[in-house]
Amino acid sequence: MPSVQQVPIVDYLRIGARPYLRAAECEHCSARYFDRRNACAKCGGVEFSNTRVSNHGVLRSFSIVHRAAPGIPVPYVSALVETNDGTTVRSNLVDCPPDPEHVKLGMKVRLTTYVAGIDDVGTECVAFGYHPN
Amino acid sequence: MAGDSVWVLGASMTRFGRYPDLDAVDLGARVCLEAFTDGEVTIHDMDVMAAGTLFQANTSMGQRIQKQIGQTGIPVFNVTNACATGATAIRTVYLAIKAGEAEMGLAVGVEQMGKMGLLAGGSKVEANLYEPSGRFGAVTSVDGVLGTATMPGVFAQAGMAYAYENDGVGFEQFAKVAYKNHLHSTLNPLAQYQKEFSLEEIMGSPIQSYPNTLLMCCPTGDGAAAAVLVSEERLLSMPKRVQKRAVRIAASVLTSDPYVESGQVQPDVNTLTRNAASQAYESAGIGPQDLDLVELHDCFATAELIHYDNLGLCETGGAGDFIDSGAPFRDGSTPVNVSGGLISKGHPIGATGVANVFEVTTHLRGEAGDRQIEGARVGLAHVIGLGSSCGIHILEKSS
Repeated sequence: MPSVQQVPIVDYLRIGARPYLRAAECEHCSARYFDRRNACAKCGGVEFSNTRVSNHGVLRSFSIVHRAAPGIPVPYVSALVETNDGTTVRSNLVDCPPDPEHVKLGMKVRLTTYVAGIDDVGTECVAFGYHPN
Repeated sequence: MAGDSVWVLGASMTRFGRYPDLDAVDLGARVCLEAFTDGEVTIHDMDVMAAGTLFQANTSMGQRIQKQIGQTGIPVFNVTNACATGATAIRTVYLAIKAGEAEMGLAVGVEQMGKMGLLAGGSKVEANLYEPSGRFGAVTSVDGVLGTATMPGVFAQAGMAYAYENDGVGFEQFAKVAYKNHLHSTLNPLAQYQKEFSLEEIMGSPIQSYPNTLLMCCPTGDGAAAAVLVSEERLLSMPKRVQKRAVRIAASVLTSDPYVESGQVQPDVNTLTRNAASQAYESAGIGPQDLDLVELHDCFATAELIHYDNLGLCETGGAGDFIDSGAPFRDGSTPVNVSGGLISKGHPIGATGVANVFEVTTHLRGEAGDRQIEGARVGLAHVIGLGSSCGIHILEKSS
């Protein structure tokens, strides 16, 4: 029986045995980008190389979203995470009750992945989030 | 001898609200004609026009308004810059006058949003087949999965990032901002809503994106505002009664967002505001302590609080203490958003950046009625458009 096909929700999420986020890093100033850049927005450099972003970080900001477009389950926690190597990432905070008593600024978090959906041919979409560490 | 300052000669705005029986052209034309009357001029005095709208940006709004107020063949700049669209229209006319290509010009901002609801974030689309698309190779919609892109959420995160970095800032401080602006709006007949709410009602209203509850978010709506700008030389040729009501533009600044590390995932509304503020204070030769009133971009309560700091109205890191002290209330040391702000006056996007110049102008003329800040001589108008743009105008009473 063939194994289930999986695809990452976005291409900067690298899935597999040890999932991580991939960034294009400016070879001149080390600024990191999750999308392609013609030139670095910080320094203007045009050489980039792929780098692995740390899976560990702290919760720098968040919002508990109770109102969203139809079809989006609420409430959920939108999080800004500053990774240990200084890259800011936005995703959901998962495995944590969505209330201000449990979501704490500065809390340590870690990258996690989960299956977020399945398409008509059975391919699974893998998303990432952060959970309390 | 005339200096090279640019002055606000006439200004007008509609009450913000719902105008289902009019269109954006009607609203825009109305305020343009009113601004002419206010400045005792006509369309034939205009050398240039700038028209701002966001949601009808590709419709030649300026030319369509001209067909209602006079087609004289002058150049029209149709501008858009998100929520800084109106300020961009004013700055465009300002620059034309500064450049010596125009003596007088008309800036108008207009928007008809209706009950548009939640902005940005898109809708949930379940893909039938996962195929990567777009700059991030997304195989399905990501809003609500990889955080939020909706406006209440983005600005909530901006406020909570400030709370992370500074003491004394939390849900209650943000809620007090909304309490103040709803309270202020009860004195402004041009405000979309004119109703006071208790702090408990504000904190207890439905959460949109914590910490922003419904009463801490601006509404959508319809409205327009216009301003006639004039060179100093031309102003001095006009009747004394007109000169007396003119207000000097002491600073006109527009900035965009410089690179910051987190900018790719969270729009930075701070750095471009700080840059604009420092340029504006330098240009005007004043400091924040000299301001008699401030109209700033309180699209959400969380936004107003951080702009206290960005505009230098409070000590660095002290925005929580600033609101707790009562300083930005209309009887405080630095009245902020005495119009009711975007939260209660409303935010028809293209009109907003002209309307806050109208508001400051009206106070400096001493014509603001019940909401008048007595003796106001200097005021600041600030807007932010995500993407991002920041417009600041500092206005001074004629002496």
